[in-house]
Amino acid sequence: MRLLNRSAGRLSRHRRSRVAGLVVMLLGLLLMGGLYQAVLSPSNADEAGKSDDQLIQEGRELFLVGCAFCHGQNGEGINSQDGQYGPSLVGVGAAAVHFQVGTGRMPMQNPGQQAPAKDAVYSDSEIEALSAYVASLGPGPEIPTSAQYTLDHLSEDERREAVVRGGQLFLTNCTACHNFDGSGGAMPWGKYAPALRDTSAVHLYEAMQTGPQQMPVFSDEVLNPEDKAAIIAYLDSIDERAGQGGFSLGGLGPVSEGMFAWLFGIGGLVGFAYWIASHTTRTDKKTKIGEGTHS
Amino acid sequence: MTEHHETLPAVAEEPLANPGLEEHTWRPTDIDEKAEKRAERQVATWFILSMVFAVLFVVAYFSIDKYEIVMGLGAMNVSLGVTMAGSLLCVGIGIIHWARKLMADVEIAEDRHPAASSEEDRQETLAALAAGLEESGLGRRPLVRNTLLGALGFVGLPLIVALRDIGPLPGKKLEKTIWKAGTRIVNDVTGRWIRPTDLEIGQLVNAEPEGLVPTPDPRTDEADMAARGVPMQHGHHAIVEKAKSAVIVVRMEPKDITEKTQNWGYEGILCYSKICTHMGCPIALWEQQTHHLLCPCHQSTFDLGDKGRVVFGPATRALPQLPIGVDDDGFLIARSGFLEPVGPSYFERNSPESYEGREPK
Repeated sequence: MRLLNRSAGRLSRHRRSRVAGLVVMLLGLLLMGGLYQAVLSPSNADEAGKSDDQLIQEGRELFLVGCAFCHGQNGEGINSQDGQYGPSLVGVGAAAVHFQVGTGRMPMQNPGQQAPAKDAVYSDSEIEALSAYVASLGPGPEIPTSAQYTLDHLSEDERREAVVRGGQLFLTNCTACHNFDGSGGAMPWGKYAPALRDTSAVHLYEAMQTGPQQMPVFSDEVLNPEDKAAIIAYLDSIDERAGQGGFSLGGLGPVSEGMFAWLFGIGGLVGFAYWIASHTTRTDKKTKIGEGTHS
Repeated sequence: MTEHHETLPAVAEEPLANPGLEEHTWRPTDIDEKAEKRAERQVATWFILSMVFAVLFVVAYFSIDKYEIVMGLGAMNVSLGVTMAGSLLCVGIGIIHWARKLMADVEIAEDRHPAASSEEDRQETLAALAAGLEESGLGRRPLVRNTLLGALGFVGLPLIVALRDIGPLPGKKLEKTIWKAGTRIVNDVTGRWIRPTDLEIGQLVNAEPEGLVPTPDPRTDEADMAARGVPMQHGHHAIVEKAKSAVIVVRMEPKDITEKTQNWGYEGILCYSKICTHMGCPIALWEQQTHHLLCPCHQSTFDLGDKGRVVFGPATRALPQLPIGVDDDGFLIARSGFLEPVGPSYFERNSPESYEGREPK
């Protein structure tokens, strides 16, 4: 008690200080913020304890704020005079939402030929809620589990075999648009097939499964989960591969390689030509060696 | 020398006095013995450096493991390339340095002479020609002259006849593929049969006729395939057939498909040749929303909702469509072979009109 009194007294000496009000306010804010973070924050709520209904309800609320303007109040899509404004989301499934929102393609910033990938706007738990809501609109592909898109359960030899097969599948089905090592490529009217090298495995899987934007669908019945996992493993293996042909220059093929040849190859030759034809240093002295120095 | 001076053009009176050549100034290496020695040593250094690189090339060739990786690059290729380039570059730099610093440095002026020979030479040549003509009697003996001309003409004949070996003509080989009525459509690489229910709207399948993909569907084997009349093709023959028979199968909204196209499809599922009609590149850049198929080589674009019509690019003929249906087991099959030759044009190919209006039996 004495101790308390003493410290209270010591504190009390500062109560008229000019910064006292500010300090008290900051302490109060910190306390409230900490309490909110620790106890009340929605992001800290127990996910496992959330029922599907709650998740769908939460997703619906997020949907009405962030998505309904283009996709309609119930995800039915909106048609404008000159075509589709936002497509219907009935039956696209949780996987499509997880891909589109998880890679930041949705919500779209502005209409254009293509929605580019950007930093995700929603948190993981919000994406889960949105996915649950859209999945509730109609049956569609679910978010794949990690067992579907990884090859961890295979032995090293089996994995290598799968990578080879994944390479064949990739060259048959994906290379046309995404380039021979997944560095992307151009499409008509300003559209493009994005680079795949930094895309996460789950998003790669979902893209094949749902066919976002102009990309065709590669359903699980035709390209089954093992095939998709093999393709993903092949894409991973590209990074491990040594560049036996030198620097990959972005793996863009003749565009970047040709540019390098023109700028550095031809440029270097021009430099040498300049050097060959340039004047050598001259001197004012008139006498050549061997002509004697006594002139 | 005096002869040459006679043939030089007369020097015209010039409006401005010819200033002549600028006075020559020497290079430091011409004046200073030390500089000369230094340049000599520099040139020799370049040549020695080249030798060092060449030796390093040999060392690298024998000492570096070919699977070694340095900074993500193959160590073998990088070291061989760098040492080879280094040794060649050093020889070049050495020679140029030598020429610039040490080789003779004097300006040379050479006056131009008229291109024509002297009148005397010309008379002499003409006389020699006339004498040759007279002595050979070419003008007097028309039989000899004409048979000589004939012989020279006939020498060309073997060359022309040998052109026949450019052939033989393709005949019907390019017109026929392995597709026939009842051939199952299988997924490329995995070889699996395809059911219509496997395909969603917007789906693309890179497919082949059954018998060309080395791994058959797990529900069949080679004996069963032979019994069904679709034997597994092997070796060179399989590669030749695969070059012609590759197809793509797509499924789209029936409302996006013209009626004529739909007649050869199955519930919105359509099958087209994968080989561009322009130069024969394999095409698989399909945009599911515009249902356009784009060739990566020259940007020919085909509308798969409308008989593979060309909508852009250098191709002049629509992409051949394969009429498809479903067999008793519920798998996608071809209802007939291609009704026109697939792939790019060739000399013997009939005009597109001659294939119009053909329907599967």
